[in-house]
Amino acid sequence: MKFRSPLKNARGLGSANEGLSHWWLQRVTAVALIPLCLWFVYSVLGFLGAPHAVVVSWFGSPLNSSLMLLFVLVSLYHGQTGVQVVIEDYIHTKVLNIGLLLLVKGFSALLAVVAVVSVLKMAIEG
Amino acid sequence: MSNINSDRPLSPHLQVYSWQLTMILSIIHRGSGIFLMMGTPVLVWWLYQIQAGAGSYQQAEEYLLHPLGRLLLLGWTFSIFYHLCNGIRHLFWDIGKGYEISTLYRSGAVVVVVSSLLTLATWLRAYGLI
Repeated sequence: MKFRSPLKNARGLGSANEGLSHWWLQRVTAVALIPLCLWFVYSVLGFLGAPHAVVVSWFGSPLNSSLMLLFVLVSLYHGQTGVQVVIEDYIHTKVLNIGLLLLVKGFSALLAVVAVVSVLKMAIEG
Repeated sequence: MSNINSDRPLSPHLQVYSWQLTMILSIIHRGSGIFLMMGTPVLVWWLYQIQAGAGSYQQAEEYLLHPLGRLLLLGWTFSIFYHLCNGIRHLFWDIGKGYEISTLYRSGAVVVVVSSLLTLATWLRAYGLI
């Protein structure tokens, strides 16, 4: 017995009205983070204890600064989807739930912008 | 209350649920994810300090190399490798593979061993020992 209307199936948005997008983007960013995490740890190990000028010139390479930004932005996006699930699992007070979600997403957006501006500044000036 | 001693399955209340490797790994996956997210402000602050100049970079390094900073960095190193390895385990589950009980325990053990070894190798490298 089918209770769903054909329109509901065609839209494919399910009960949460956003379909698979949250779940799917969490997996896509997870796959992207496999090489990015390994690259990040390897890179940071490379300039551990290096003088400031060396680190800045490292960011002067477009490839390095691009991959660093990709790592930071994809990490923040992935982390933000994960923390959202944790909040939805454990915080059932509506006001607190929405407040925390806004806080996490807003703070993630702020971090993303600060990272972009900082790295771009070095990429262009360095 | 007559059926309280029957063999019907009970919901897994944490107080009476016997601890298993699989549930511990699952809890650590969430914990490491939250801990990594708590590290993102530090990562962005570090990028900001590098950009701000030699003095700021020096100051950031002092904070990060303080024993407490090193302890946090060790925690983030293990968390990033653990979440990475166990995340790959999750991706296999997402495509419907690895659900046999023996496989679950074996892949769990591999995750613990590999993420510990990667953490150890990273820190030995950081201290110039390898």
